[in-house]
Order: sequence, then structure tokens, then C-alpha cells
Amino acid sequence: MADLNVTIGDLKLKNPVTTASGTFAYGEEFKEFMDPGKLGGIFVKGLTLHNREGNPYPRMAETASGMLNSVGLQNKGVDHFIEEIFPRIKQFNTQIIANVNGSTIEDYIRVAEKLNGLGEMHAIELNISCPNVKEGGMAFGINPRSAREATEAVRKVYNKTLIVKLSPNVTDIAGMARIVEDAGADAVSLVNTFLGMAIDAEIRHPILSTVTGGLSGPCIKPLALRMVYDVYKAVSIPVIGMGGIMNAIDAIEFMLAGATAIQIGTANFTDPSVSLKVIDGITDYCKRHGVENIVELVGGLE
Amino acid sequence: MKRIQDFKVAGYTWLNRDSYLIELESEQDLPGIAPGNFAEIKVPGNPGVFLRRPFSIFDVDYDYRVLSIFIKIIGEGTRALGSLNQGQPVSLIYPLGNTFSIPEKGPVLIIAGGSGMAPFLLLGKKLKERSVNATYLLGGRTSEDLHMIETFSDYGQVFASTEDGSAGTQGVVTDHEVLKDKTLPFRMIYTCGPDPMMKAVARLARQRNIPCEASLEHMMACGFGACLCCVTETAEGKNVCVCTEGPVFNVKNLAWQI
Ligand SMILES: Cc1cc2nc3c(=O)[nH]c(=O)nc-3n(C[C@H](O)[C@H](O)[C@H](O)COP(=O)(O)OP(=O)(O)OC[C@H]3O[C@@H](n4cnc5c(N)ncnc54)[C@H](O)[C@@H]3O)c2cc1C
Ligand SMILES: Cc1cc2nc3c(=O)[nH]c(=O)nc-3n(C[C@H](O)[C@H](O)[C@H](O)COP(=O)(O)O)c2cc1C
Ligand code: FES
Repeated sequence: MADLNVTIGDLKLKNPVTTASGTFAYGEEFKEFMDPGKLGGIFVKGLTLHNREGNPYPRMAETASGMLNSVGLQNKGVDHFIEEIFPRIKQFNTQIIANVNGSTIEDYIRVAEKLNGLGEMHAIELNISCPNVKEGGMAFGINPRSAREATEAVRKVYNKTLIVKLSPNVTDIAGMARIVEDAGADAVSLVNTFLGMAIDAEIRHPILSTVTGGLSGPCIKPLALRMVYDVYKAVSIPVIGMGGIMNAIDAIEFMLAGATAIQIGTANFTDPSVSLKVIDGITDYCKRHGVENIVELVGGLE
Repeated sequence: MKRIQDFKVAGYTWLNRDSYLIELESEQDLPGIAPGNFAEIKVPGNPGVFLRRPFSIFDVDYDYRVLSIFIKIIGEGTRALGSLNQGQPVSLIYPLGNTFSIPEKGPVLIIAGGSGMAPFLLLGKKLKERSVNATYLLGGRTSEDLHMIETFSDYGQVFASTEDGSAGTQGVVTDHEVLKDKTLPFRMIYTCGPDPMMKAVARLARQRNIPCEASLEHMMACGFGACLCCVTETAEGKNVCVCTEGPVFNVKNLAWQI
């Protein structure tokens, strides 16, 4: 059997398959469907400094081969996570990675500081790409200067693996990746959702309470794949790829485009056990192609 | 405990032009299902319907391992589920959600409209088991929509309203004469259906000081607490998931403007 281990900075994953923030809750909701301990890692729902109730309903709309969401980072705050949730989920035999959010750079710093002290957590994902909050979020990730500032500021207080999650809502994502690499990121993950909109023509009204939201699912896969490919060529830190992965072959495509690991998002909603099927499918692919070590596939286009 | 399970289409009963019952059979034993529980159904062979669709479990036969789902057509998913082949596999995630609370003593009133009839057969059975006397009040646009009268009449007295007056009393359910009496005897009112109807029922229940539970039909992406898309606002200003904390809520806990 192929060796599936991969490393992202100092973070060791037993396989490249992880679940995307906001689509796997804290993992506990999936226990009846699959063993979260088989995953390479779990990126948990976005955390903020304080409790957030998120945006009003309706917060989602189905679209052709995908969905829009405008959840708006609903969570009970980082302290609640550290005290109540993490002690339970750290028992899963997998890497738990927090997804860090803020309205100001100060917020990002405070959340990252708190997580720096969590012994059993070896990495955070800095989300500078959430399209569903009025302040901060994506605003940091689409402006080169604030992307740099946020990354540098968190780098100063977080001394384990720092992954920065990039927004696809920019003209030059490779340039953005270079900026955060330069500012101290150990890895980049991409893509977050594409800003989109849905309208109910019958009532002449936007479907989402926030009018716009983030598009995810298989409809974004070709766009995401292109971006992973561009970023892989531009930086020397590892890339974590995501966007519309539904099965093992999708995952392999992202690895061939340059991703060292992948995240599965929206697909968890339609099949909560899909991530384990992806692991099995990758193993099978490696067997069929005589791949002994999964890292051979990373950027392995011929 | 919730699970993903494959069923096979066992048959259909069409109730009117846009409503049907689909029977799904399984080779595995079925878990216990409570009134109000729902299933997330993957519409098979239809990539145009990407997400699963939530439906209440209308009826269950544990011996024959058959679930029956009542569906009203409103879009592509509900239409496609109405024309599957006998024996075609269908994937369900179920049983999801909470259940209704049952008072020690009756009588209770059930007010339903449209697809909101769906949770009330299992509730009727449970009430009967507990010897709680139930009255049903069904609303529809025309007599065509009142296909459940006979089914429910095994579990209580059934009244009906139609907007066009083609059956039952003419008007909306909340204007029905069973609700006219200022001192209604009911210990609980259960409701499910279009939002404006449920809110009118909730208002009436509050005026008469009767506890009221509503089953909400919010749009859902997952159905099991993973996406946080399905929320409703509580009286305390918190957003809670309809799929895990509901779909049944005591209306006094909701932030409804009634
Ligand atoms: C817990 C729960 C139990 C349910 N039980 C039943 C049941 O037993 N029987 C039944 O027939 N239906 C039930 N529903 C409603 C059912 O899920 C929807 O009718 C179905 O998902 C519509 O799918 P579609 O593909 O046909 O329509 P779509 O193409 O998805 O939608 C058609 C139109 O209706 C709108 N829409 C879709 N769903 C909703 C919604 N929930 N609220 C407001 N607008 C909406 C869409 O925005 C669109 O404009 C239940 C819903 C929930 C949450
Ligand atoms: C309902 C929902 C909630 C999300 N919440 C977050 C979040 O809290 N933080 C974050 O960085 N990304 C969030 N995302 C984005 C996903 O992590 C992922 O980047 C995106 O959905 C693309 O992958 P996919 O097409 O496989 O879903 C969310 C996505 C969805 C659909
Ligand atoms: S539908 Fe996903 S959390 Fe309720």
C-alpha cells in the first residue's frame, strides 16, 4: 500500500484528506456516519473572538451543481471552543486545525494567541477570505496590504504551523499567495467560496438575506483547480487545495495541480461519509498507477 | 441513531395532481422513528438536484421495513421523486430532528396545511396510543387539497377549511368555527404548513393561552447540524438549527412577530 503521509509545515497528516471549515462542524456531527479518526485532519468551523449569531435566515440557496451560503461565521467564540469543544474532539485520532477569523487585525491576534497555547493543536488556518461578514473577513484577503499585515501580525504570536486561506475573489491569486508566503505563512489553502448571488424571479427578490453569498460545490472545481495550479507554481510553501471535490479522482486532480493535501467541503452535506471514500479511492488510484508515496503526485502533471 | 441507508422504491399513491405518497422499503431493520422526525433524501439520477431534500416521515411499518413519505410537488426535486422506477435505489439520512411533546391529558388540536400534513399521521398514532383525544383541522386551497381527511379520521375528528369553499368551511383555517369559542378546551395546538398559516395559528394560541408547537420547514443543506444554514431565531435572539434543535419548536421560544 502506498505511503499516504504528508507534511504541511510541521503539521503531519496521516493522509492528504481533510475536511473544510464550516462544512464538517466540529466533527462530532459525523460520528454516526464515519470514523473521523481516519481523516488526515479536520478544519473546524470558523472561530471568532466572541460569540457570533451569524446572518439571518435564509442563509443558503441551491445553484446548478453547488450552493450559495451566507452563514456569517456563527460560532460561540474561541474560549468556548477551547474549554468545551476541543477537549472532546481532540480525542479523535486526527489533526484538529482551527479556522481563525476577525473583524480587525487585533481580533485575529487575540484568537491566534489563545490557540497558540493549545498543546494538542499543531496548526491554524487564518481565514482572510470569508465573504459573508460585513467587517473584516474577505476584506483582508482581497487587499494585498491587509493580507500581508494580518499574516505578519498573526505570525508574530503564533509559533506553530500557520496556514493562510486565500480568497478566489481576486484577479491575481498567485500574487496574493506570494505576499502571504513572504509575510510568514507556512502554507496556503485555497479556495474559499466565490462571491455570488441567487434571485427568486417569481417574487423578484434575492434568496439570501444578505443578498450575496459564497458559492461552493462542484460548479467551482475548474476555477479552483486553475487557481491551485497557479499558486503552486508561484510559491515554495505547501498548498492545500479545495473547491468542489466530490470524489477521489477530483482529489487526485488537485494534487496533480500542486496540492499537498486537500479539503472536502460541500460534498460532506450530500454524503457525510464521502471523505473516507476519497481516502479509499486515493489508495486504489495509487495501486493502479504504481505510486508508492503519495507525494509523488503533488504537482505531478506530465 | 441517525444513519445513511439505501431504500428501494416500493410504490406510489397519488393523492391529487401535485401530491403523492412514496413507499420506500429497506432490507435492513428500521430504527425507531418519532413523530416529527424527518429524512434527507437524495434525488437519484438527477444531477440537477444537487442537495438532499428534507421530508417528514409520514408513516412507518417496522415489520415490512417500509417508510412512507408524503410529498407535495413544488420544484424539480419533489417532481423527480414522483417518477422513479419500482425498485430504484434511494439514499436516506434519517431519522433526523426532534419530536412533539405530548401532554398528560387531551384534548389537543392539530392544524395543518399543504405539505404540513406530513408529520401528523405518526403524531395521531402516538396520541391515540397515549389516549390523548385529538381534533384535526386541515386547510387547503380547494377540496383537492383535503386528501388526508379519511386517513386522519382514524385518529380524531377532522374539520376542514378551503379558500374557495369547495369543501369544509370557506376561508382560512384560523377562521374556522372550531376556533370560535373563547374558551377552547385544547391543552396543546400542533401546527405545520406555510409560514403565514403557522404564525396565524401561533397568534391564536397565544391569545387563548394554549401551548403551541410548530414544525418548521426551513431550507436545509445537510439536515444534521453540519452547515448552520437552516437556522431560526429564538426569543432570546440566538440562531438555532432547525434540523437539530427542531424542526418542532414551542412557538413561545421563537422570535416570531405575532
Ligand atoms: C423538516 C422538514 C420537513 C419537511 N417535510 C416535508 C414533507 O413531508 N412533505 C413535503 O412535501 N415537503 C416537506 N418539506 C419541504 C420540502 O423539503 C421542500 O418542498 C423540498 O425541499 C423542495 O424541493 P424541490 O427541489 O422540489 O424544490 P426547489 O426547486 O428546491 O424549490 C422550489 C422553490 O421553493 C423554494 N423553497 C424550497 N424549499 C423551501 C422551503 N423549505 N421554504 C421556503 N421556500 C422553499 C425555493 O427557493 C424555490 O424557489 C419539509 C421541509 C423540512 C425542512
Ligand atoms: C455552509 C458553509 C460554511 C462555510 N464556513 C466556512 C468557515 O467558517 N470558514 C472558512 O474558512 N470557510 C468556510 N466555508 C468555505 C469552505 O471551507 C470551502 O472553502 C468552500 O466551500 C469550497 O470548497 P467546497 O466546494 O468543497 O465546498 C464554508 C462553506 C460552506 C458551504
Ligand atoms: S441543515 Fe445543515 S445545519 Fe441544519
